[in-house]
Amino acid sequence: MVYENPDGVRIGLEIHIQLNKLKTKMFCGCSTDYHNAAPNTHTCPVCLGLPGALPVLNKKVVEAAIKVGLALEGEIAEETQFHRKNYFYPDLPKGYQITQYDFPIVSNGKIVIEGEDGEHTVGITRAHMEEDPGKLVHIGSIEKSKGVLIDYNRSGVTLIETVTEPDMRSPKEARRFLDKFRNILEYLDVFDGNLEGAMRVDANVSVHWGTRVEVKNISSHKGVERALLYEIMRQKNVIRRGGKVSQETRHFDEGRGVTLSMRTKEEAEDYRYFREPDLMPMRITDWIPAIKETLPELPDAKRARFIEQYGITDMHAKSLTSKIMLADFYEGVCAKGVDPKIAATWTADVFLGELNYRDLAISSYDGEKIGFIHAKDPRIKNSIKVSDMVELVNLFAEGKISDRAAVEVIRTMLDTAEEKTPFQIIEEKGLFKAEDDLVTKAVAETIAENEAAVQDYLGGTEKSLNFLVGQVMKKTKGTADAKTARDLIIKELKG
Amino acid sequence: MAKWMSVAQVKEKIEENSAEEVTAQYLEVIGKSKINGYITVSEKALEQAKKIDAEGHNGPLAGVPIAIKDNISVVGLPNSCGSKILEGYIPPFNAHVIEKLLAAGAVILGKTNMDEFAMGSSTETSYFGPTANPWDRERVPGGSSGGSAAVVAAGEAPFALGSDTGGSVRCPAAFCGVVGLKPTYGSVSRYGVVAYANSLEQVGPLANNVTDIAVLMDVIAGYDHKDSTSIDSKIEYQKALVEDVKGLKIGVPKEFFGEGIHPDVEKAVWNAIHKCEDLGASWEEVSMPHIKYALASYYIIAMSEASSNLARFDGTRYGYRASGENWHAMVSKTRAEGFGTEVKRRILLGTYALSAGYHDKYYLKALKVRTLVKQDFDRALSKVDVLMAPTMPNPAFKIGEKIEDPLTLYLSDVNTCPINLAGVPSLSVPCGFTDGLPIGLQIMGKPFDEPAVLRAAYTFEQNTDYHTKRPSEVA
Repeated sequence: MVYENPDGVRIGLEIHIQLNKLKTKMFCGCSTDYHNAAPNTHTCPVCLGLPGALPVLNKKVVEAAIKVGLALEGEIAEETQFHRKNYFYPDLPKGYQITQYDFPIVSNGKIVIEGEDGEHTVGITRAHMEEDPGKLVHIGSIEKSKGVLIDYNRSGVTLIETVTEPDMRSPKEARRFLDKFRNILEYLDVFDGNLEGAMRVDANVSVHWGTRVEVKNISSHKGVERALLYEIMRQKNVIRRGGKVSQETRHFDEGRGVTLSMRTKEEAEDYRYFREPDLMPMRITDWIPAIKETLPELPDAKRARFIEQYGITDMHAKSLTSKIMLADFYEGVCAKGVDPKIAATWTADVFLGELNYRDLAISSYDGEKIGFIHAKDPRIKNSIKVSDMVELVNLFAEGKISDRAAVEVIRTMLDTAEEKTPFQIIEEKGLFKAEDDLVTKAVAETIAENEAAVQDYLGGTEKSLNFLVGQVMKKTKGTADAKTARDLIIKELKG
Repeated sequence: MAKWMSVAQVKEKIEENSAEEVTAQYLEVIGKSKINGYITVSEKALEQAKKIDAEGHNGPLAGVPIAIKDNISVVGLPNSCGSKILEGYIPPFNAHVIEKLLAAGAVILGKTNMDEFAMGSSTETSYFGPTANPWDRERVPGGSSGGSAAVVAAGEAPFALGSDTGGSVRCPAAFCGVVGLKPTYGSVSRYGVVAYANSLEQVGPLANNVTDIAVLMDVIAGYDHKDSTSIDSKIEYQKALVEDVKGLKIGVPKEFFGEGIHPDVEKAVWNAIHKCEDLGASWEEVSMPHIKYALASYYIIAMSEASSNLARFDGTRYGYRASGENWHAMVSKTRAEGFGTEVKRRILLGTYALSAGYHDKYYLKALKVRTLVKQDFDRALSKVDVLMAPTMPNPAFKIGEKIEDPLTLYLSDVNTCPINLAGVPSLSVPCGFTDGLPIGLQIMGKPFDEPAVLRAAYTFEQNTDYHTKRPSEVA
């Protein structure tokens, strides 16, 4: 099957990600752990741009950028070079941003995604390092703001700006690209996508191979699909009415789900780039072999290994490797000698499904337990131990609990903060599968107590059998296996 | 107490009396000053001196007072850069050189006057009014470190720190009859020094004699991890103070004796070269064909960098703030009211030179010329040990004489700015007088070969008496 791309859609992305796993900022020693801190408490003369303060490049930033470049199978520049991008904005304390211009650290990379018609390669034009500006906080709404407060805690945090080729052919491919990109970054342990402002996306989109429009300010990667769907529809409508799509920059209004015109090409800014004289080029070619050694197994390789090593399905392998922490958790469970196929079902299908249903995102794994946090309310968090999952899978595999009971256990573990093992939960809730004699006893009682229903069934009314099974289930408080109960009743009545 | 003392003499006085008394005497001289050399006199100087007395005189500069140019950050003292726009700004951190001075026991007397953001060669563009030349108070002290040079010449400080982007230490040293050094780029940390043109400037010492320049360099030079352009040269400056120029090869670049040079300046410099010859050195003429393009290249690069460096002064976080109905209006008004004419001119020209469509024509071309100028220095200095030339083609001019004519004023940097393009060290030492005004001899060397420059300057100084002359007017 070949994807026809009926609307001639071409999408390219510009993605800013914060290297928020680095402990310090790009050019100073300020901590990047500011998300719960009071404004302007994680600042110093350098990231406030005080007169006379000078930037010093954090080597960890360069190492992380090289890691990203290698993971994207790109070319790494021989040396680091920085430029100044000059513009005035209140969140920009120096009146310029230190960024890379004609010598980005990474060029010509790629990411393979699952496209509309199977594997699809998206080219990475370049990826470069730059500093994040501060953050503006409007008093009241943006439109009717009484004033603006500036928080420079974010100022100087490392950003990697990645620019793709216009290789995506649908909003779905764009979202898949972002999912994959984010996944790779998390594997590299340079990025935590759960933190606010960690990923910001601008998209270039055109239809019928025509003029491209830039859509800015897409803050969530779920927003990308919405913004692109809207923008493609808008451009198609313009053309259908005989108009021409004009080259412009549009702003995505997340609340209303629409894009609005910001500026046309004629108003394009002149950033007056020039080499940053405060930073000397740093030769990095020699660093690459050692950094290559530290590269972890990446998602595609891990997925292939899971299929091979654990004998699980491609679907399960894909799902389990969609998050490094989930993959590690799964391997932690398998290492305890449980059946990897059963563990895959309960981890990839049930556990992950219940997390998604609750809007919980995996946020940590420490070898003993996997933590998760509410996507919108970080106060809601919980965790599940490897040993708990092992116990649950084993109980199920040994036939001691029904699959309904197992689901119930997982839900209970997600919804309560109490540290209870699956065994304790099962005991408390009486979820063990009923013993056979218990079921036999319940069947005998049911037959004795429901003369009329028994006669109806024997007279040919099948429905009555269901009623009798229901009575057995009731007596055993749901612990009986329904099929066993049914078989026993038939055997009792019809021999 | 003698008004003009070397650092060694100051240290003797401190041992005889106390750091407190020496500081008090300097503060008294400053109190009677007629030259407007200081923008701020430190109220903590005496306290600092007392503390040093109490702790015992540790450190190579224990109790020795020093004046600091007002673009070098000192905790607790305003750092105006000679501008209104930094009104009320007091740095919360010390420049690296200040940390080093304090560790050496120096007492900071105050902050000296300068051209606004170091943009000028006369100290007339300061928001705090011009500084007078101690040799003739109707004349400029040179710039932009005019305050630092003038207070040393007037005996208001034994020595001082300035900064040199295109001649800002050497020009006022020449005009005020003191010694000034622009070290090799990278020798002295720029951390905490407010940038005018980052790729060109260095902090440099000004003193009454060559020895004190070396004493100060031994304290302030060295690697600083906070400045990425800093280099550990491991030079021991005082060890270079050898009175011997036998075998020293001097190059005389004829391009530095161009049209418009004052005949007395030319004569004094040649006398100095001949003096060195008498002392055992040899000289030859060298050619540096691209020097004629250096001035244009220098101004384009300096202004371009400045247009970016000065963008941070927007009234948002510190300094002067005008009121405006929104942020953009506030910024425009703040910058309109906060910057002086010369600063605005340079920001505009620099912005223009970096703009799309002009970037290649001006900025990129200036960078190419810079490379050619560097090559001129490399070539010339491959044959000789040092170069000698006039620091300034003319002696100090009258206050107000050139300020309305920026181009003429820019031309006065013609002999000093090529050195900053090349990044090499250069020192100005007194070598004569014309009509009672000092003349400076400029001695340039290879990168990190300050020892050769200092040796030549020291030997010349020890065999002449120009450096012992004092301005009669303030004496």
